Order: sequence, then C-alpha cells, then structure tokens
Amino acid sequence: MTKASDLAPSYDLVVIGGGPAGLAAAALAARAGLATVLFDENPGVGGQIYRAIGFSPVKDRTILGEDYWAGAELAAEAKASGASIVTGATVWSLDPARLVGVSIAGQARLIQAGRVIIATGSLERPFPVSGWTLPGVMSAGGAQTALKAQGLVPSGRTVMAGGGPLLWLLAAQIMRAGGRLDAILDTMPRRNWLRALAHLPDFVLSPYFAKGLKLLREVRAKVRVIRTDRIEAVGGDRLREVVFTVGADERRMPADLLLLHQGVVPNVNLAIAAGVAHAWNERQLCFEPVLDGDFTSSVPGIAVAGDGAGIAGGTAAAERGRIAAIAAVRALRPAAAVPDLQTIRQRLQREEMGRAFLDWLNRPADSFRQPTGDTIVCRCEEVTARQVRDTADMGCEGPNQMKAFLRCGMGPCQGRLCGLTVTELIAAQRGTTPAEVGYYRLRPPVKPITLAELASLPIAEAERKAVER
Amino acid sequence: MAADDYDVAVVGGGLVGVATAWGLAREGCRVVVLDEGDRAMRASRGNFALVWVQSKGLGLPEYAGWTIRSSNAWAGFAQTLKEETGLDVAFQRPGGFHLALSEKELEARANVLRRLHNQPGIVDYKTEILDRAQVAKMLPDIGSEVVGGSFCPLDGHVNSLRLFRTLHAAIKTRSVTYLPSHRVENITKEGGEFRLATEQGEIRAGKVALAAGNANMRLAPMVGLEAPMKPERGQIVVTERLRPFLNHPVVTLRQTDEGTVMIGDSKEESVDPAGLTIGVSATEAERAVRQFPLLANVNVVRTWSAIRVMTQDGFPIYDESETHPGAFTVCCHSGVTLAANHALTVAPMIARGALDKSLVAPFSARRFHVQAAG
Amino acid sequence: MYKRLDEAGTAVTITVDGRQIAARAGDTVAAALIAAGIAHCRTTPVSGAPRAPYCLMGVCFECLVTVDGIGSRQGCLVPVREGMAVETQVGKREAGR
Repeated sequence: MTKASDLAPSYDLVVIGGGPAGLAAAALAARAGLATVLFDENPGVGGQIYRAIGFSPVKDRTILGEDYWAGAELAAEAKASGASIVTGATVWSLDPARLVGVSIAGQARLIQAGRVIIATGSLERPFPVSGWTLPGVMSAGGAQTALKAQGLVPSGRTVMAGGGPLLWLLAAQIMRAGGRLDAILDTMPRRNWLRALAHLPDFVLSPYFAKGLKLLREVRAKVRVIRTDRIEAVGGDRLREVVFTVGADERRMPADLLLLHQGVVPNVNLAIAAGVAHAWNERQLCFEPVLDGDFTSSVPGIAVAGDGAGIAGGTAAAERGRIAAIAAVRALRPAAAVPDLQTIRQRLQREEMGRAFLDWLNRPADSFRQPTGDTIVCRCEEVTARQVRDTADMGCEGPNQMKAFLRCGMGPCQGRLCGLTVTELIAAQRGTTPAEVGYYRLRPPVKPITLAELASLPIAEAERKAVER
Repeated sequence: MAADDYDVAVVGGGLVGVATAWGLAREGCRVVVLDEGDRAMRASRGNFALVWVQSKGLGLPEYAGWTIRSSNAWAGFAQTLKEETGLDVAFQRPGGFHLALSEKELEARANVLRRLHNQPGIVDYKTEILDRAQVAKMLPDIGSEVVGGSFCPLDGHVNSLRLFRTLHAAIKTRSVTYLPSHRVENITKEGGEFRLATEQGEIRAGKVALAAGNANMRLAPMVGLEAPMKPERGQIVVTERLRPFLNHPVVTLRQTDEGTVMIGDSKEESVDPAGLTIGVSATEAERAVRQFPLLANVNVVRTWSAIRVMTQDGFPIYDESETHPGAFTVCCHSGVTLAANHALTVAPMIARGALDKSLVAPFSARRFHVQAAG
Repeated sequence: MYKRLDEAGTAVTITVDGRQIAARAGDTVAAALIAAGIAHCRTTPVSGAPRAPYCLMGVCFECLVTVDGIGSRQGCLVPVREGMAVETQVGKREAGR
C-alpha cells in the first residue's frame, strides 16, 4: 500500500484515473521510459467500465460479458509496465503549472508533473425527476458497480428508467445474474430516430451494431419495456412506488428500487479547475474540453483522454489514452520508441464511428433534463427547479451568480450532480443556449480534503505573509 | 427606451450597487441597474460577510463613525429587507474577535488599537484586548496557542450571499430594472441627461451612480470624477456544514448560519480571480486549526478567490461631480458592513441630487490630492 | 433490495449504529450497507431528509457516514475492515468528530 510519503516529489507523467484511458496511457508511457505514476481514488483500478477487474466476485464470465473481462489485459499491462499505480489516492487539485494535489489515507502531498493526462472519465448525466433523492432510488451505474465489485444484484421489486447503452447492458447483466427486474421505463423520445437515422449507415459498420441489437433482443425477451415521458419516485422516507404516464394514463408501480440512467457525460471538474477551456457539445448535451488531435488541452502539458474528452466508450478511451501518452513521450523523451501512432488513430476512428447514431438516438428529452416545480436540482443543498427558474427570471443569467444566490453547486459534490441541469435551466428560462450560459467556475479542492491536510502542505514565505500581516 | 425613463442609472450590480439602487427606489426614483455578466469580477460573491467595526478608521477617524452608523442601522435594514422579500439575511451582532497566536501578534494588535484610539476625533467603540482566559470564556474551543485577542461588542456578521440575493429580490419587488450583460463602455452627458453606452445599446438617465467597484477607476473620469483603486486578491476556504460551535465571528474565521465555516483574509497582489494560491489556502487552514483544533478533521468543500474592491488608501469614496452634475461615485471595500449606509443614507442623498457634506465630505477622492501635495 | 450472487468470500463483521452487520472482504462501506438492506445512511444537513448511497462511484456524496469516529467519509470509497464502526450521519456533522 503506497503512502503519500512514498511518492517522489516529481514525475515525468502523472495520470489521473485508472480506467481504460489511464491504464493504457500509463502502460505506454512507462514502457517508453517515462517516470509515470497513476492515481485512482477507488480501492482498485479499472474505472467504471472495468470496475474491480481482477477482484470481482462475479466468476461466471457470461454475466458481465466479454467486453468487461477485456479490462484484465489493460490492467495487467499497466501493472507490468513499471508505472507506479496508486489506488485510494484522491487528486483534489491540478494547476496550470501541473502541480498535482493528491491525498492518500488522510495525508496530502503536492507532486510536480512534467506532463499530466487527466483520465477521470465520465459520470452519469443528472436525472432530476421528482423523488430522485429518496432512499431506494439509485443510479444504474451505481447498481452496476455493486454488481461488478461486490456481486450484488437487485432482488426486490426493481424498476429501471431512462435509456442509453449502459441501461440496456445492466438490464441484461441483472437478468443473466438471476436478479429481479420488473420493468424498464424507456424515456428516450421516439422522434430521436429522425436525427439518428442519417448516421445509421456508420453505426451498422461499427462494432456496436451487432452487439447492441443482440443486447436489446436479450433484454426485451425477458423484461417488460414501457415507453413513458414522465416519471416520479414516490414515498415518504424511502421509495414506495414509481408513478409514470403512458399516453394520457397515469400508472403506478410499487417498487423497492428504482435505477435511473440517461447516459454519461464527461467528468469535467478537475479539468475545469485546472483552467482547461471547455465547450458545449450540442449533440451530447454536455461540456467537454477543447482538445487537439493528441488530446492536449488549452493548458500546455495537460491532456484529457478517455470519456473525459467527450463520450466515446471504453475501447476508444484506451486508444485515446495511448495517443495522449505518445504525445507525452515525444515531448519528454523524443528518442524513445513508441507504438505506431497511425495504427492507433485508425483503431480509434473505427471505435468512434457509430457514436453519432448512438448519441442522437439516446439524446434525453428536454423534460428529463430541465425539471420544473419542486423537483430537486441540487441534491446537496436541496435547491429546486422552481427556485432556479425564478431566480433566472429575476435577472440571474449564469450559474455562478445562481450558485451565489441559491447555493446550488456549493455542497460536497461540487456541482457534479446539478451543474448541467442548472446551466440548461438558465438557458431555457432566459431563452439562450447552454454554450452562452456556461458552467460553474471550479477551484481546488475538487474533492473535499480536511483542513489538517490542507494545513500540512508546504507554505512559501510570501504565501504566509499574504495571510499573517 | 424613452430618454427620461430612468431617474438614476446605477452602474454595478454588486452589493454596493443593489443596496444603493434599492435605497433610490424607496425614495421613489425610477432606477436602472447596469451590470456585467456571470463571469464579472465580482467581490460580492467572494466576501467574508462581516459587519465589522474594530480596526476601522486608522488614518481617517471619520471612517470609524461612518462604520458605526451603518453597524447601528443594520438590524433595521435587515428587518425591512425581510418584510419586503421574506428572506432572512441572518444578521447578528454578538461581538467579534481578532485572535493572536503569539505574544508578538497580540502586541502588534494592541499597538494598532492604541494608534487608532489615540487619533483626534475618533469615536470610542470599546474594543478591548483580552487575555487567553477571557477569550476562552466566550470561545471555549480555542487552541492552546491562542494567547489572547481583541474583542469589539459592535462586530457582527450576516449571510452575505443571501444578502446579495435578497437585495436583488428587493429591487425586483420595487420595480428596479436590472440589466445584466450591460457593461458600461462610455458615459457622456448631453442635454441634461446621461447617456451610458453599453454592449447592448444606450441607456439614458437623469443621474448616474457609479458603484462598479474597481471598474470605477475606468468610469469615474468619464464624468469628471476619480476613483484611484488598487485591487488585490483574497482567498477564502469554506468547510462543510457543521453543527454550531462558534458564537462569535473571528475576523479570519466565522461560522455561517448554514453551518459552514469560512476561513480567510489573505491579500495578494493579483487581479486574476480564476487563480488560486494553494500555499495561501494552506496558511489559512493552518492558522484555523491552531485557533480551533477541533476543525482539523473537518472537510474543506470549496475555496473562493475574489478581487477586493480597494481604494488606494482603503477608505470609501463618495463624491459628486462638479463638471457633470448628477454623477456620483459610491465606492468602497466594505460593501456588506456599509450596505445599510448605502441604502439608507447615501441613496437618499443621490435621490435629492446632492451629497450631505456633513456626513461624507471626508470621503471625497479629493483627499488623494491633498495627500499627494503633502 | 439486493442479494449477493455468491455467499462465499471472507466474512467481515462491522457495526452500523452499534448493530452487527455481516459484510464481505472487498465490500465498501456503502456496498455493505446496501447488502444489509439498510434503508438510509444519513440525513441531510439542510432539511433532515433521509438519503442513501446513489452513485457508488465517489461522485454524489450521498453515502457520507461516520467511520470509526470520523464524520463525512464517502462510504463508497472506504473498504470495510473487521470491527469497523459505522454510524449514520445525522444532519450537520459535529466539529471534532
């Protein structure tokens, strides 16, 4: 178990996040001779897609599927590469000079990086429906993590709602594992097909086409799928039932567990705090970093790879990590041998081919992204959609002023579960675009650290004088 | 917009601007507030929320009296805002502390207070130096390194972000026109009215009140005024919400009504509000833990950094233009402490069209020339 | 709400508000709570509403609990350990614990 005090003061390359992008990047860079460290805050590497790879109690390989087990090779490569892989390590700060703030077991350090690859991946898009804060309502990703890492499957009355590839995959995994799933409430608007259709030819040629069709057939054969455009989680101290509409009818379904999912979006907090420029992606309805072909950001020496660079899936993430790592090697050790970049780019292109179709098809409806009334938007500070809308009407035209007025985004999650919603609500209410409205300004620490940890960091004389006067 | 639609254009939608605008609206003026956008350098989103008296006025004794006037008006001001908006800004005046972590710091503190009190014409605001035992009676959780401190019974604090929101809600209730993303580029006076060129067209008003913080430096000369500023950056560390443990604000550490603990009071010569110096946050944290060791394991959930509105000598500037009658500056660092004055005293003067010299003459920017000549 | 696919694995006993809970090596605190069918793990500091683990990936901070006397730990990032004492976090955290 690596302690904070075991870390070197500096590394050629610091990789943040141990999912496919981070693992592939660290492996390539270390093999090319860069002093490389990879930090991941979870107990093991793998990220979300390969969560608990090497440790999963799920032994029947058919349950999670072969795509999951492919992660084992990536993890093994990274381990064998000579990179230092440090789990349980939370990176809470990154500045434009590539000083990395990291905490391990309550001890904080500042580490200087020659180059940084942010591979913090994605998180699930907020799904702010009425009652989504009730115990018994979880994100589908959360349920999948419990399955991969602890072999837990839903056993009570279980409803899934939303859409997107992960939802269908989890449904299949739950059924294969002998779990219980009473219904899937499909919230993806039918009219999405209109925009998606133009991209169908590319999708047909992509590796996802056959897999996707098979998965849909597998799930539909076993689980009732109901299309709806309104969902409510109802209960006092915990979920009791799921209320939804079908056409003009309101239906109620008693439930112990409601799993929500409407796609994933880049986890932008660390990159934004580091000063990386971001732009709105209208197709994927999220902010993503502005990057060049090597995934280098607007901040010199800082790259963003994997789904954090824009959603493209796990296999693409690994290729992106390799490309970013090659750029780091070329900058720091130009003479080192690296794999052929063109080959990697071609593989990446193939992986990304079907993405436009998937994005348009699984684009969540406005009503599930822009809630109304008393639906909670900011879970930490319990700020409602009505409050955000009313305050926008008062003249508040951006998320930072909104945060000051209502405290949305000020809780411990630091806007991860409300940022996109607040931006979209302001845009909707003021008749402008999310691109125009922008996102929260974020500063370190992007994950909470204790005052004692902060106090333990090195302090320069001028910095002390700025406070002690 | 017809030429005479607004009696007063307030430039700046921060605490100083909206407090002034609210006061003007209460006087019956038709008011427009011209503000920048979401990414404006906005001290009102990064202030420490003290309504603070001790230490004010060293070098300009009248500032002490002006501060106490606002401190005394604050309870009524907060009550009126509550009646108008239903929002409670959580004003409290339990008395506040400066804490010293060494005999040297305590001696330096005592010296400042001595020099302050020895000025001719200063009002007595009853700040006293307390030893460790006296401090511990009121602040039982202080750490062993705290040797003493100063205490002023007039010191208090509010929830300043809620104050900011409340004032915006209050001006809306009073039909003030609020125009964000209307950065003022130029101001001229033609035919008895002011014309304010903004990125979204021209706004006209009979009078203009410059409450644009450090941007007053740029704007004031357009109407024959001046506002010499020296902006500086301050950083604040904010913790998660805690159960109440601290009954008095300390100048560098306070617990908000929501439970979070704010730790701050750094000064750096920087005007980049996006930047943050970790070593400065570390120093703030280190001192906080020495002052209150029970905070060691508490989580920091945010840091803020903001650019202080600071005049060159640190004191407010209230002025009216001789060359452009009807143009005023309302400019100060302490937008929270002085909010009651801006709303209840300065705004009525502007509404009447003339500053009351008996109250604000010492705060004219002309003082900078006197100092330069001397 | 959840069952374990496989009851094998090393048993680890933790306490939750003083009550013994059977967990497994490899569980995080949040996973152990879910497996034990514990409905909520904290009440919010704002309204006092009950909350339970939501994302299980370190993002949502809904699974904040007191672990061995230290408040506001992210239950989904803390592996269980034999004898670990977990407590529901009620409202605002108390300074000093």
